Amino acid sequence: MDTTMKKLPPKPVTAKSRAIKWGGWIISIAIIIWSCTGIDFGGIKPTAGQITGAIFNGLFHPDWSYVYNGSGEDLVSQLWQTLCIAFLGTFISAIISVPFAFWAANTRHKKFWVSESGKIVLTFIRSFPEIVLALMFIKAVGPGAPAGALALGLHSVGMLAMLFSEAIESLDDGPAEAITAAGGSKFNVAVFATMPDLMPAIVSNTLYRFDVSVRSASVLGLVGAGGIGYPLIIALNYRQWSRVGIILLGIIVMVVVIDWISGAIRKKLV
Amino acid sequence: MAEQPMIEMKNVTKVYDNGTVGLKNINLKINKGEFVVIVGLSGAGKSTLLRAINRLHDISEGDILIDGESITKAKSKNLRLMRRKIGMIFQSFNLVKRSSVLRNVLAGRLAYYPTWKTTFNLFTDEDKQRTYEALQSVGMAEKVYSRADELSGGQQQRVAIARVLTQRPEIILADEPTASLDPKTSRQVMEDLKMLNEKFDMTVVANLHSIELAKDFGHRVIGVRAGEIVYDGKMEDTPQSVFDNIYKGGKGKEED
Amino acid sequence: MSATDRDMLKLPKKKFKMWNWVWVILMVLGLVLSVNNTKTSLPEFFANFDQFAEIFVQMAQPDWSYAGTAIPYLVETIKMAIISTVIGSLLAFVYSLLIARNIVHNRAITGVLRFIMNIIRTIPDLLLGSIFVAVVGIGPVAGILALTVFTFGVVVKLFYEAIETIDPGPSEAIKAVGGNGINNIMFAVMPQILPYFISYALYAFEINVRASTILGYIGAGGIGLQLKNTLDMFNYNQTGMIILVVFLVVLVIDFVSTKAREALMR
Repeated sequence: MDTTMKKLPPKPVTAKSRAIKWGGWIISIAIIIWSCTGIDFGGIKPTAGQITGAIFNGLFHPDWSYVYNGSGEDLVSQLWQTLCIAFLGTFISAIISVPFAFWAANTRHKKFWVSESGKIVLTFIRSFPEIVLALMFIKAVGPGAPAGALALGLHSVGMLAMLFSEAIESLDDGPAEAITAAGGSKFNVAVFATMPDLMPAIVSNTLYRFDVSVRSASVLGLVGAGGIGYPLIIALNYRQWSRVGIILLGIIVMVVVIDWISGAIRKKLV
Repeated sequence: MAEQPMIEMKNVTKVYDNGTVGLKNINLKINKGEFVVIVGLSGAGKSTLLRAINRLHDISEGDILIDGESITKAKSKNLRLMRRKIGMIFQSFNLVKRSSVLRNVLAGRLAYYPTWKTTFNLFTDEDKQRTYEALQSVGMAEKVYSRADELSGGQQQRVAIARVLTQRPEIILADEPTASLDPKTSRQVMEDLKMLNEKFDMTVVANLHSIELAKDFGHRVIGVRAGEIVYDGKMEDTPQSVFDNIYKGGKGKEED
Repeated sequence: MSATDRDMLKLPKKKFKMWNWVWVILMVLGLVLSVNNTKTSLPEFFANFDQFAEIFVQMAQPDWSYAGTAIPYLVETIKMAIISTVIGSLLAFVYSLLIARNIVHNRAITGVLRFIMNIIRTIPDLLLGSIFVAVVGIGPVAGILALTVFTFGVVVKLFYEAIETIDPGPSEAIKAVGGNGINNIMFAVMPQILPYFISYALYAFEINVRASTILGYIGAGGIGLQLKNTLDMFNYNQTGMIILVVFLVVLVIDFVSTKAREALMR
């Protein structure tokens, strides 16, 4: 019986796919090794361990007196301001995003370069560092929360309009055709056919963006654009670890609660 | 007196961007009040022919006249006014699913308003009443505030017919209006089209898949194959062999 | 079925939809509260718009000669992103296996580990950066640590969900032939999840490249430090140059990474 069995044939791989596989691995490893060269790994403060300990100590012994003292500079007021910045920023960006989304959506009856140019603009907005935008707004309206809200409002357009335009692309274009056939203008099509069917995607993506904006709003303070980031950087600079602890706890709780609420609403929408 | 044709196609040719020929040198006259059915295999160019009439598809060569006026040369504002005269009914109903039935039907009046008015929902009470009456004509009055996605397929198609009725067009293009419906609802929808044709004297041009429905409702048959008109005649003069030829001929390929 | 014109009914009044109004009121309330709290005034912004525009105009005329100075920093930035992507995703790989409920069946362990992961995920990248700067001092190490933690959060979330959706059939087959837990992972789980892992790591890399370019602003290494310097010295032409090279690099990396991910998932 054994004699009838064939020998194991060699693995059926073509030279090309093998070359791609090995080439991919070799290039990846070479890039990783290259990236480890020339980085200054020294210069770590000798007190690093001690400070880490102090921060953890602060996390477990937070400065509760900072939570609320009615001065308007306390944790609750600052977190509330952070939320307001995120809300306003998201609101502004949701409104600006709609026309941008129509521009960048690659639908039928539209020249290829029109949507492509819109996509490039959106990529540019997305890559434009939020922090730099915040600094530009600080020059225009002075330091504080308004600069943060405006910067978020503009920056979020890059991502939000892209998500909206993807939603537009995935819509059935039958209703749009019906409106056109009845003599509707392009604007009629947008208002009567596209917007109603787009609404769930707009709400759900905006809520998602709000989650992201809450996180962003909590760091904008690092450059003076309002919110909880500013007291955090002050506390870090003055080594008030228990205050760092309470602020971190505050941010974590805020983000978890907002994620939870927006997740619950989005689940209901689907 | 030579009657002015409602729709006139002169040497119409349509070539798609990818090189596929959609329509080949079509010459066609359709008079006011006719009920024309277009038959042919899927992919024969029926849909392209219909969409050329209201310029949902631009044609490559030739000219199309609607009531003596060229739609091919019409510019945006004028094109909208011409499309106002041409209602369209679709295979997939093409209602805006998340809008109310009322709003869907009101869309038929869009070309009667400047865009800003409709954007702020400033339809006249008269038009709203007209909408409601159209819904009553197709037996959908009690659904006026329902959302379109709550309706069954047959109900959606009747709302679409009400939309066309509200538009008060002179021509109705129906692109496979019954293809997504069961036989009984199909017949009801065709009855509605017949009502529009007889009661409002609208010219109906319908693509139909079902020979049976075509025979029962059409007055004139146009057979299309590979982008060309291969038959044109009155329904009562059309023998079964013509249909057999259109559906079973072609490249000798058997279709069911 | 068609009614005659005589007996047409009048259009009834529309039903009142409470929830729509509740949402509208909530939105308006949120808007009023947030505008009040942040004291944002659009008129003020438009009044000072020329200042905003001026900076932008200057940035739009990048200082080409500055490219030579900027590029070495950019290279350092990319290196930071690569190192932290590799370390972060490897940590995430192991961690994901520990919190996937079809691999580890002990609910107590997965629950606690997931809680820790969710906490880590809440902290924004720049915040991590400023904490690590306080801990290890100014320099790229702080940035690498921050991005490593950040990558970990991004990849773990996506990856453990992918692991939990794999087909259980192969695992059962391995158990049926007498394989142990490690055998199961190597023969049944790994082949199914590896493409996902690489794809998510690449995705994290795209995010890291963007993030790493601003980490330097708070002293965590890379080109962000130059960003801060040029802004502080009002050299907006140089800032524009930095933003331009960053944009181009992000564009290229996004493109390559998207193509690689598409190829992997095919």
